[in-house]
Amino acid sequence: MLHDLRKKPEPASPFTLASHRVHEAGGRGRRAFALFQALRHAGPIVWIVPDHIPERPLLSGLPQGMGERLILLTPKGRTDLIWSVEETLRAAPVGFVVAEPQSALTLTEGRRLQLAAEAGQTTGLMLIREGEGCPASETRWNCEPAAGPSDSTLQRWSLSKNKKGTNGDWVIDWNGASAAFHMVSEAGERCEPQTVPG
Amino acid sequence: MSLRRCPVEGAFALTLRSGNADHLHCVNEAALARGLRRGMPLADARAVCPDVSTRPADLAGEAAALFALRRWAGRYAPMVARDGSEGLIADVSGVAHLFGGEADMRADLHARLDRAGLAAHSAIAGTRGAAHALARHGGGIIADGTLAAGIGRLPVSALRIDPETADGLARVGLTRISDILGLPRAPLSRRFGPGLILRLDQAIGVQPEPVSPEAEPPHFGVRMSLPEAIGLQADVMAGLDRLLERLCAHLARHRQGARRMKLELRRVDGETAQVSIGLARPMRDPVRIAALFQKGVEEVDAGFGIDALRLSATVTEPMAPEQIGAGPASRAEDALSDLVSRLGNRLGFDRVLRLQPADSLIPERSFLTVPVAYSTPVQSPARRGPPRPAILFPPEPLSLASPPRPGHPPARFRWRRMALSTLRAAGPERISPEWWFDDPAWRSGLRDYWRIETQEGPRLWLFHTPQSQGWQGADRGQTWYAQGEFA
Repeated sequence: MLHDLRKKPEPASPFTLASHRVHEAGGRGRRAFALFQALRHAGPIVWIVPDHIPERPLLSGLPQGMGERLILLTPKGRTDLIWSVEETLRAAPVGFVVAEPQSALTLTEGRRLQLAAEAGQTTGLMLIREGEGCPASETRWNCEPAAGPSDSTLQRWSLSKNKKGTNGDWVIDWNGASAAFHMVSEAGERCEPQTVPG
Repeated sequence: MSLRRCPVEGAFALTLRSGNADHLHCVNEAALARGLRRGMPLADARAVCPDVSTRPADLAGEAAALFALRRWAGRYAPMVARDGSEGLIADVSGVAHLFGGEADMRADLHARLDRAGLAAHSAIAGTRGAAHALARHGGGIIADGTLAAGIGRLPVSALRIDPETADGLARVGLTRISDILGLPRAPLSRRFGPGLILRLDQAIGVQPEPVSPEAEPPHFGVRMSLPEAIGLQADVMAGLDRLLERLCAHLARHRQGARRMKLELRRVDGETAQVSIGLARPMRDPVRIAALFQKGVEEVDAGFGIDALRLSATVTEPMAPEQIGAGPASRAEDALSDLVSRLGNRLGFDRVLRLQPADSLIPERSFLTVPVAYSTPVQSPARRGPPRPAILFPPEPLSLASPPRPGHPPARFRWRRMALSTLRAAGPERISPEWWFDDPAWRSGLRDYWRIETQEGPRLWLFHTPQSQGWQGADRGQTWYAQGEFA
């Protein structure tokens, strides 16, 4: 397969996932990250959860307008899950695929998913558990909810693997209702003692 | 039909309830001989014949049986129609010589019906009205040209006229058809209405009355026999393509789309392999349907070879003709329904779901998960009221170090082996169970929901049940659960 090696323009926001690739997100805030990314993609969203996982999206808690775009798949085994991820990634009309595999994907499986995403022009996001990353993934995010001042819902998102860019660490305030978010500026470390005025 | 399934000796009748009295709907020969008649109240029938055995009539079953009999009667004539709720009328003109004459044909019919255990009366006559009248009054054959004489002896009620007219005719002394055949028509029509003259004309053949059978419901099935057994997957798919082309053309002619299809492959050794597929929406595009069969055909064991294929659309739905290539929106919709079909055929259509809003305040019942293949997206109403978590799970009990003060959420707790401490709490939001459903999860009564922001990060949806009875008196009603996680 030929790859376009020209330099692509940097995405406007650090949270824009490279399109037509499969990414990974881990940590306790990974589902919030998936919702945030789903809002930034048009078209049907396919959310694939294994049958035995008790956590399900709650319609009245989802961002406005997302419920009718959402298709929920509950495959039974690992093979069916990976097959349905590949099949949905390969389908052109799907906008965004979120899947929660129960064990780490191998390099071959991850690579196949990348090829399927390229063929179907679809972006995918795997919600992984701690230390179960796949070497073929484009980026890997670690997402944790964070405590903050009142009337804020802080998320700490750090990019720990990036095939086409640099890593980073951000704290953002995203209320879970719309695509708008607010980047929280980092508090600067004071290096030298404050000089006494006068 | 009822007797055939479960025979009874002696007088037998089927009863039908009309109003609040049972009437005889149908009687057998033995009962007829004992003086029972159709339409007689059951109480009277029991008085006349105390040992009559009865069963309730099954009208739908009777109609289905008559329909089946109509199909069978197609062996005698090209046009067979139902005549009322209990008769069949066949146009046998030009057919009788194939059975050796009208008498032989009628004997053949009776022999076959007898063997099947059916009691029937039949008549052959030059007109539909005469055959109808004669079949209900003894049966027989009226030779050509003797129509008036043949039906002359029958009572006027045999003419398919309403009972009032028949009564009126009887009152003036006209009881037989021969009595009114010779009368002047104008006074007859003026006195008893044009209906009588019409029926009379139809019976003697002045007024034509053709037999018009209702159309057969279309059958969506095609088959193909092969001169030589095949075993390769590509060959089966090629055969399937030909069958699909025919079946889809047939579906298009009837403006139907298949919802469920079945491919039967008959093997040389007599076994039959089956491949069934479901479709996400009514469809009749051969290429797209063939792709769905691919996986099932791969798994079929061909044995020594397959020598016949049969393809049928077992479930169909109306499907209007569509503009071909209607635009990108329609193409995306097609592609999405193809995807749903593919996913549904492997995972099961009940595992390809969509969320739809439901009218309930109970969080678990505030939405329905419905199969995508059998639903359309519904716009969810605008969000109102207290916030809801994006992720919901079944209630998980928290372990508390010490019971919190009444009316306050716990300050420290452990959830999923994480020690968490409350930073901020919003609530309570009280949700009461829906008493009209008996939901085991809600038997503990009211729930007070709190949105808890923890020092460690996770924002949880907790509740406790103030009405529940704890194991010990001290921590009574102080059991806390987590049920959701906010973004």
